[in-house]
Amino acid sequence: MSDDIVIDVNGLTKSYGGRMVVDHFDLQVPRGAIYGFLGPNGSGKTTTIRMVCGLLKPESGEGRVLGFDVLNDSLSIKERVGYMTQKFSLYEDLSIRENLDFIARLYGLDNRHARVDKALEDLGLVERQSQVAGKLSGGWKQRLALAACMIHEPQLLLLDEPTAGVDPKARRDFWDQIRRYSAQGVTTLVSTHYMDEAVQCDSIAYIAYGKKLLDAPTADIPKQINLACWRLEGRPLQQAQDMLEGAAGVDLVARFGAAIHVCGRDPALLERTVLNVREAQPHINIQRIDAGFEEIFIYLMAESRDNFQ
Amino acid sequence: MNAASPRALRLPKLFDISWARVFAVFLKELVQMRRDRPTFAIMIAMPVMQLVLFGYAINNDPRHLPAVVEMREDGPLTRAFLASLRASSFVDIVAVTPRADAADAMLRSGRATFLISIPEGFERRMVRGERPQILVAADASDPVAAGGALGAIQSIADQAFAPELQGSLRFMARAPPPYELVIHRRYNPAGVTAFNIVPALLGVILTMTMVMITSIALTRETERGTMENLLATPVRPVEVMIGKTTPYIGVGAVQVVIVLMVATFLFQIPFTGSFPAFLVAVTLFIFANLMLGYLISTLARTQMQAMQMTFFVFLPSILLSGFMFPFRAMPGWAQAIGESIPITHFLRIVREIVLKGAGFSDIATDLWQLALILVVLAALALMRFRRTLD
Repeated sequence: MSDDIVIDVNGLTKSYGGRMVVDHFDLQVPRGAIYGFLGPNGSGKTTTIRMVCGLLKPESGEGRVLGFDVLNDSLSIKERVGYMTQKFSLYEDLSIRENLDFIARLYGLDNRHARVDKALEDLGLVERQSQVAGKLSGGWKQRLALAACMIHEPQLLLLDEPTAGVDPKARRDFWDQIRRYSAQGVTTLVSTHYMDEAVQCDSIAYIAYGKKLLDAPTADIPKQINLACWRLEGRPLQQAQDMLEGAAGVDLVARFGAAIHVCGRDPALLERTVLNVREAQPHINIQRIDAGFEEIFIYLMAESRDNFQ
Repeated sequence: MNAASPRALRLPKLFDISWARVFAVFLKELVQMRRDRPTFAIMIAMPVMQLVLFGYAINNDPRHLPAVVEMREDGPLTRAFLASLRASSFVDIVAVTPRADAADAMLRSGRATFLISIPEGFERRMVRGERPQILVAADASDPVAAGGALGAIQSIADQAFAPELQGSLRFMARAPPPYELVIHRRYNPAGVTAFNIVPALLGVILTMTMVMITSIALTRETERGTMENLLATPVRPVEVMIGKTTPYIGVGAVQVVIVLMVATFLFQIPFTGSFPAFLVAVTLFIFANLMLGYLISTLARTQMQAMQMTFFVFLPSILLSGFMFPFRAMPGWAQAIGESIPITHFLRIVREIVLKGAGFSDIATDLWQLALILVVLAALALMRFRRTLD
C-alpha cells in the first residue's frame, strides 16, 4: 500500500436480511483529499462509512485504512479516525464542555483541558460551553459534533451527511472549516445530498443501490458522463414537458423553476427531439447548455433505478 | 498531527483496560445521573417508601383486630374474661351477643376477624372441673393477621381467670387450666415476623433499583443514538461495563444505609452478627445485581423491553427466593431457579447475620455462590456486548 492512500478498500460487501446493501465496493482516497460520497437515500453510504471506520464488519472484502487492516485492527483505526454520525450522537444531557471532555478522556489525550479549550475556541463555542447539548440548535449541534470528532486530531475524518438540516450560512462555515483541516493534511470522506457541497469536493464517488457507479475527480465528471443538455423556456411549458417525457434521445427531463432542462447521452437524437417540440410549440425558446452536476446526478439516479427495476 | 498521543495515557495492561477510559465513562454516568433528578429522587425515596409500606403492612404484629364475643352465659368469671379481652390491644371487641347466628354473620362478612364463643353453663362446668371449651374461630382468609392474636388470646384467658380463682376456687388455679381453648383456623402460617421480613426487604429493594437502573444502561445509549459515537471511540466493552455500573454502587450504599437506619430506629431490629461479613455480602450482592441489570441491557433492544425483562427477574426474586414462601417447601425445580438468582443467597446471608448472629464462616457457602453468579453474569454481559453495530 502506498503511504499516500489513506483509505484503500476493495470488495467491501454487506447485506441485511438477504438484501445486498453494499456490493463489492472499492475506494481509494489519497492523503489530504476531500472525497465526496454521493448517492440517493438508502444507497449504502452510511453502511460503507461504518465499515471503513470499523463500526460494521464487512462480510467480504478487505482493505486498509491509515495503514491498518479494516477486518482485524479496527481499534487502531478508531483511535485515529474522527467519525461524525448522521444523527447527533453526543449526550444531550451533558453540557458542551462535558461532552468534549468525555470524548477527550476516551481517547486518553494529554493536556486534555487545553485541548478542550482550544476546540471550544476554534468552533466559537466558548460562551456556550456550559450549555446542555440538547438545547442547542441544529447548526450548533453540528459544530459541537465536529469539534468532538476532531478533538483527538485524527488523520482521517468520516462525515456522514454532516450538514443535513443545517442552514446555508452554517453549512458554508462548516465547509470552510473542512477546507482548513484539509490544508493541514487531514483527509476527509464526506457523504452529502447537496450539489453545492459536492462541487466543493476534490473527487466524488457516486453510489446507488450498494454499487459504485462513478468515481472521478470532480472536474472530470461532466466529461466522463458527457451529457448533452438543452434548456427550454416559455409557454406552454407543461405541454412541452409532456412531449419530451419518454421521447427519443431523452434520458432526463427536469424542471428548474420556469425552465425545463432536458438531457441525453445521444446529442444528435436529443437535438432532433427538442427541435420537434419547438416546432409544435413555437412560443418555447430553446438553448443549448452545459450539463451541471445537478443534471448529471439526477441522470445517474434515474439510470441506476432503471438498472434495478 | 501527533499519532502517538492517543496512547499517551494508557496504563499497564489488565485485560487491556484503560482506567482513564473507565473513569471517563464513570464520570459521564455520574453527571447524567445528577441531571436526571426525578430518577435520582426515586432511587433515594424508594427504599424508605418500600420499607415503611411493606415493613408495616407485612410485618408488624397485627393488633386491634376486630372480634365478636358470643356470650351465652353472664357470670363473674365470664365477665372478667370479657373485661380482659377489652383491655387487650390485640383484639378490639366490636360486639357482644348471645346469638350464635349473629356472631357467625359478623365473622363471615369480615366485620370481625375473630369469634370468641363462651358456651352455656361455662361457669358451672368450670367449677365442676369439667374443663369447658372456649371456642376461638379465626378468619382464615387472613391467616398471617390472625397468627399473633391467637397466641395472645390464650394468655389473656389465663390472666383473666387467675384473680377470680381465689378462695374456694383456688384448687382450679393449677395447671392444666380449668377450661379448654379450642382454636379453629384452617392453616397455620409460617412464623413470619418483622425481624424476618425487614432485613429481607433490603435484598428486594436493592434488586429492584440496581437491576432496573442498569438494565437501561446500554439500551438508553442505543435508543438515543449515542451508542454509535461510543463505539466509534477506542473504548473497550469491559471499560464501558465497569464505568457504567460503578456510579450505582454509591446509590446502593446509600440505600443500604437508609434501610439499616429504618430497620434499627423504626422496627427496632437488632443487628446481632458480624458487620464486616455483612458489608462484604452486601457489596457482592450489589455487584451481582448491577451485572444482572447490565446483562439485560445487552439483551434488550429498547428501554421498554429492558423494563419488561427486569420484571421478569423481579417475580422469581420475590416468589422463588424464600422471601415470600419457605424455600425448602418449594419443589426441586423451583429451588434450582431460586439458587441461580442473587437475592436467594443474599436473603440467607442477611437473615443469618442480622438475626442469628452469623459471621464469615457461617455464610461462606452462599458468599461464594453469590460470587460465582456475579462472575457468570459479567462474562455473559461481556460476551453479549458488541463492538460493532452489527
